[in-house]
Amino acid sequence: MRKLIAVAAAIGAAVLMTGASIDGARAADKQLTLCWAAWDPANALVELSKDFTKQSGIDMKFEFVPWTNYADRFLNELNSHGKLCDLIIGDSQWIGGSAENGHYVKLNDFFAKEGISMDDFMPATVVGYSEWPKNTPNYWALPAMGDAVGWTYRKDWFAKPEIQAAFKEKYGRDLAVPKTYDELKDIATFFQGREIDGKTVYGASIYTERGSEGITMGVSNVLYDYGFEYQNPKKPYEMEGFVNSPGAIAGLEFYKELYKCCTPPGASNSYMSEGLDAFKSGQVALQMNFFAFFPGLYKDPNVGGDKIGFFVNPAGPAGHFTQLGGQGISVVAYSDKQDEALQYIKWFAKPDVQKKWWTLGGYSCAKSVLNDPSFPESAPFAAQFLESMAMVKDFWAEPSYAQLLQAEQKRVHDYVVADQGTAKEALDKLVADWTQVFQDDGKM
Amino acid sequence: MTELPAQTAFADRVAEAMPSGIGKTVRGLSDKAIAWLFIGPTILLLLAINIFPLIWTIYLSFTNYRANRPNAEVKYVGLDWYHRILGDADVWAAMQTTAHFVIWTIIIETVLGFGLAWLIDKKFRGHALWTTVILIPMMLSPAVVGNFWTFLYQPQSGLFNYAISFVTGIDPSSFQMLGSVRLSPWAIVIVDAWMWTPYVMLICLAGLRSIPDYIYEAAEVDRASPWRQFWSITLPMALPFIMLAVLFRGIENFKMFDMVNLLTGGGPGSTTEVVSITLKRQAFESWRTGYSSALAIILFVTVFGLANIYVKALNRVKQR
Repeated sequence: MRKLIAVAAAIGAAVLMTGASIDGARAADKQLTLCWAAWDPANALVELSKDFTKQSGIDMKFEFVPWTNYADRFLNELNSHGKLCDLIIGDSQWIGGSAENGHYVKLNDFFAKEGISMDDFMPATVVGYSEWPKNTPNYWALPAMGDAVGWTYRKDWFAKPEIQAAFKEKYGRDLAVPKTYDELKDIATFFQGREIDGKTVYGASIYTERGSEGITMGVSNVLYDYGFEYQNPKKPYEMEGFVNSPGAIAGLEFYKELYKCCTPPGASNSYMSEGLDAFKSGQVALQMNFFAFFPGLYKDPNVGGDKIGFFVNPAGPAGHFTQLGGQGISVVAYSDKQDEALQYIKWFAKPDVQKKWWTLGGYSCAKSVLNDPSFPESAPFAAQFLESMAMVKDFWAEPSYAQLLQAEQKRVHDYVVADQGTAKEALDKLVADWTQVFQDDGKM
Repeated sequence: MTELPAQTAFADRVAEAMPSGIGKTVRGLSDKAIAWLFIGPTILLLLAINIFPLIWTIYLSFTNYRANRPNAEVKYVGLDWYHRILGDADVWAAMQTTAHFVIWTIIIETVLGFGLAWLIDKKFRGHALWTTVILIPMMLSPAVVGNFWTFLYQPQSGLFNYAISFVTGIDPSSFQMLGSVRLSPWAIVIVDAWMWTPYVMLICLAGLRSIPDYIYEAAEVDRASPWRQFWSITLPMALPFIMLAVLFRGIENFKMFDMVNLLTGGGPGSTTEVVSITLKRQAFESWRTGYSSALAIILFVTVFGLANIYVKALNRVKQR
């Protein structure tokens, strides 16, 4: 009899559990998965999205992948028509491939229906994150996270009287935030190997990573300022004399000098997280990194607050630009929950949501936030962010961007870090590689 | 006593072991059919996961297919990729890097592995414990090994640099094992040798233990010196085992990916870019599926061809 009761109880429990799992499945129907990189702004987005869940009743699930695997992981997902992501915050360079291969839902009709205007967002972010082909009104994403490369410096070290005196003695000018790359190199050289508070410190942390996109994202900041162009502005895909112009060659040589003279030992494969580690551990005086990390750095108990300062990418002999970062948010074409995903985009585009996004640590691209007179004072890096977003340039966003990127990674790393050949040879080879890619694509 | 023919007995035994309905069917099958019934699923599985992908890869190597553009038209490109790969200086550079890695790891692992096996074979006190200790690196996952050697090689905090500094007196942060063009190829060789020398040792130990004692006893009677015994008995008789170890390590290291990827990712620049890293970059970073399929086929043919030549040499040594 006892056995019979036990069996009955087990069956009852199983039935109840099945019922519960059906309820769970129903709840899961009202759930969206958003895919992005695992970094500080992602945590801010989790916080922000709680408001969306409150308003819509739709649960938000997040799939965050570290930057080094971000492209591999999510491009594989898109290429295999996976349904993991309903919404994706994809990198700016993916827009061409994702639009042409049908990975993203085109948003023009949706924007028109919901009254979302791209005029309400910073032009550079619309071109960089939303449009394909570039400079045409074809929108595949809503600008979500504005970003660009900027610099941090140790304000407390710069303020030390003995350091200021030593710098003035050596260079004949005051130690101040660098306005040009030459000034930046002087400062980095000055700090390299210097003893500060009983510890040996180094000049600068710059991007040198080989595997994904690191060294390209770093070197571009210098190349743009020295006269590098991706192509002839008057004749698309003509690269000879633009990619390997004398200015570009000088820029590449400069980046190598900066790497050789002024980076910490073992910095041959550094990207965002290595830069953060070097700065947070008090190893370097200057750090190249994306603005996205600056809110977190400002809050850091060891190097944040009064100890940290921010500045825009310095100018070069041929201009003043910086590398665009950041991403737009897109609806994945393979998602079964496109309506709910569009609902999220509609909510995210609202001015009050954009305002909260900025206060939580995300970088809004909305003019309502950025053009607010109080914006430059709203954070110690806000003015620099605004200035940077007005001078951004981005890498190719062609469908073959991955091939183009890998070619630059190889040629630049071979020259800068591995001492192979000259700057001219590296850029000549890059022109040959890129020409081959565009020829294979039938564009040349 | 009459004994049933072995074949009938086998079919009957199989039939008895099965449910009655199936048993009747099995009883009506020939032994050959039953044998096919057993090995069929395995063969199908092999075809599905080995042969089909190989044939599919060969097919893709003649097309412009890209996995990231599944909707694009797939065009036949003939031998274009093969032609381009064989004329690509970067691929040849990766082949040279691979050859450097394979040759040096094999030399170091064989010399050290055989030396360790020879010592362990002396059966000194505690030799069993030492054998186990020596085998530990081989049992670790390459991912774990790659990660902890990355830390050991850190120029500012890594133990390796401090050990070198302790011995030589040079500043530990004055050199980088993974970031230096000169040192990084050797950094990988060191890690591979550390991990896989025990494997070579194990195979050599099996070879040494297979040599009968009476041969050494006869040599003693003939007053052969230990040196002479080593050259005339130990080495020739262990040679097939050593060659087998070299074959296994050669094939493995030609395909080496995980450890190099974790330690240097092929850098600095392309200094440690072995050909498997090139293949991965072309296939999964540049998405040149057709091109990378052709490269994979070239590598397969190279390894297969070299291994066949080597196995023939091995057989010749065994016949001596």
